[in-house]
This record gives sequence, structure tokens and C-alpha cells, in this order.
Amino acid sequence: MTWPLYDGGFWPALLLGLLFGLALEGAGFGSARKLTAQFTLRDFAVIKVMFTAVIVAAAGLWLAEAVGIVGQDSVYIPTLFFWSIALGGALIGAGFVIGGYCPGTSAIGLASGRFDALVFMAGMVAGIGLFAGVFDWIQPLYRAGQGPQGQTLDQLLGVPAIAIILAMAAMAAAAFYFGSKLEARFGGPVQVSEDDEQKSTDKYQGAGIGSQATHIGSRAT
Amino acid sequence: MFGTPRPYWHPLAAGILLGLVLLATFLVTGHGLGASGLFTRVAAAFGVWTMPEATAANSYLGGFASGAPLAGWITWEIIGVVLGGLIGSLSSGRFRAKIERGRETTPSRRLAYAFAGGALVGIGSRLARGCTSGLGLSGGATLAVAGFVFLIFFFAAGFLTMRFMRRDWL
Repeated sequence: MTWPLYDGGFWPALLLGLLFGLALEGAGFGSARKLTAQFTLRDFAVIKVMFTAVIVAAAGLWLAEAVGIVGQDSVYIPTLFFWSIALGGALIGAGFVIGGYCPGTSAIGLASGRFDALVFMAGMVAGIGLFAGVFDWIQPLYRAGQGPQGQTLDQLLGVPAIAIILAMAAMAAAAFYFGSKLEARFGGPVQVSEDDEQKSTDKYQGAGIGSQATHIGSRAT
Repeated sequence: MFGTPRPYWHPLAAGILLGLVLLATFLVTGHGLGASGLFTRVAAAFGVWTMPEATAANSYLGGFASGAPLAGWITWEIIGVVLGGLIGSLSSGRFRAKIERGRETTPSRRLAYAFAGGALVGIGSRLARGCTSGLGLSGGATLAVAGFVFLIFFFAAGFLTMRFMRRDWL
């Protein structure tokens, strides 16, 4: 078999993107409050969904290689540049909690009617423009700490890929179990219905402080 | 106004579908899903429109400026993402035209933070050469060391930043 097809055409891109969007929207990732609630431990959807998706895709790729459908080194694997990826990852983590989205979820926020997602996108474009403006000066940082070309975790640790995937599955199971416990403790996970409840408890939309206190109180249970 | 919205999917169901879509993307295209690359192309297109000479001469965006900056796989993909998101939010009654924010936050403060957070994410995505989709999901699925370094620093910085942002999201 000749997989991957290396088909970069319009229709597969549109269809795969559409399914990607459906999954992200269904997960609740068009809601900045739900997304950021991961970081208050009230909602573990971000970790649960990402972990599950990575394991499913990793296991599928492993199986496809094991049975010879997909050749070794036939899919794109990013190369480590430690300092720029660590700093860039940290900036995206901070920006996610401040701005409410990441690039992909901002598209879902927009598709869910969120004006703040559009403003977030404008901020991203501005940030990228700023980066391009200073790119020549930060080249040394951009290229620092380069690892081996397309290195994978199993190569780094010298263990079979399936061992990594099984270890991740065990970690995911723990994340589901303890995540759900923490969600229950902090009054989560964030529900769709809160989108409408918010109006009646919002002090900037004419509701009193009293109703807020009730809301916060009920969350502590 | 829009009736009662249907609840979000179980995270396991959403994660399995997302994983299968990601796997299919690798099998069809040879690479994973992405998102931040589109905004790089939008920045290049905006640069070509407003300051063509400086953009063409720029060492980072100049490569995009020579052709049509928006013509690329990731553009078609993100058009699909928005369509899929629209189908999902409209069919489930979850679509809400609003500024989403915490109860303690004013709309103008929320929008200022959305812009500032977006700018940090824009800078970070170019430094890291990808975002939560391209490095976190797609890199993670190939077991790339780069993907896991990204995820560790992404989550660590997210939890740290929430110590200062908690009130804004209540």
C-alpha cells in the first residue's frame, strides 16, 4: 500500500478540517470559560480530550506501521529546538489563560458566535507581525538547543514506541479518574447551560451581588 | 432566544473522534492538523496589503509574500474547522453571539485581555514553530520529543498564569 497519500488538495483539507471543527465544538472548546477552567482544575476536558486524541492517533500510526501500511519515517515529525519551543509553549500557555483560546479553538469560538475570539485572532496576527519585525534579532534564540532531526520519545528513551503509548494510556486513565474527582470538588465541569445562567448573575448586566453569592456558594458543594 | 442548548459531548467521545480525524489526516496528507500557520499567512497577507516592500524584504514573512500568502493547505483546513464549528454550534443550539467572560470582568477588559493573550499566543506560536494543534496534538501523536517539550511548558505556564487570572474567569 502507498500510505500516506501525500494529498494536499482542497477537498480532503476541507473535510478533515470540518471533522476537526465538529470534534472541537462538541468537546466545548468554543467556550473560553470552559477552556480556561482546565487551569482552575474545575474542568478537565482540555487534558482529557487532548490526551485521548494523542493516544488514539499515536496507536493508529503505530499499528499502521506495524502492519506495513505506512512506511517508517513517512509522516512529518517536528524537530526539537529546545529553547524556542519551551519559551514559545510557555507564551502560548500564558496567552491561552489570559486570552481564553489557542489558535485552533479561537476558530471554534468564532464559529460559536464569540466576539472575543475574533479579537483574540486580531491579537495573534499583531503578535506574529511583531515577531516577524524582530526575527533577525532573535535568530540565535530561535535556533538554540536543536535536537536530532524528527526525534521521537521512544528513540530518546531507547524503548519501544508501544511502551510509550501504553504508559500514556495509563496516565490518561489516571487523568480521567482524578480529573473527574477534582471537577466534582470544584463544581465542574463547565456546562453549556451556564452560558445563559451567566446573564442573570452578571453584575454588569443589571443583576445583584446577592445572586452571585448564591452561585459561588453553590459551587463550593 | 435560541432555546435550550444540548450538552457538550463526553470528553472521551470527543477525544476519540479528534484522534481518528488526526490519524486520517496523517494517512491522507503525511502531516498532522495545524492552526497557527493560518494566522501567519493572514499576517503575511495583511503585510503585503499595507506595507508590501517591508513585508517582501522581511526575513520571516518574505517567503509568503512572493506568491498568494493565503493559498495553502492550512487555509482550506481552517475554513473546514470554522464550517464544522458552525455546524456543531448551530445544530446543537450552542451558538451564542456574545463576548464570553467571567462575571467579575467588564466586556472592555475582556476584549483587551483577549487581544493581549492573542498577541502572546501569536508570538509564542512562531517561536515554537507550531501551537497546541501542530505541536501538541500532531507532534504528540508522532511521539515527537518537540511535542512533549511544548506540552510540558504550555501546561506549566498555563497553571502559573491562572494564579493571576482567576478572578477574571470566575
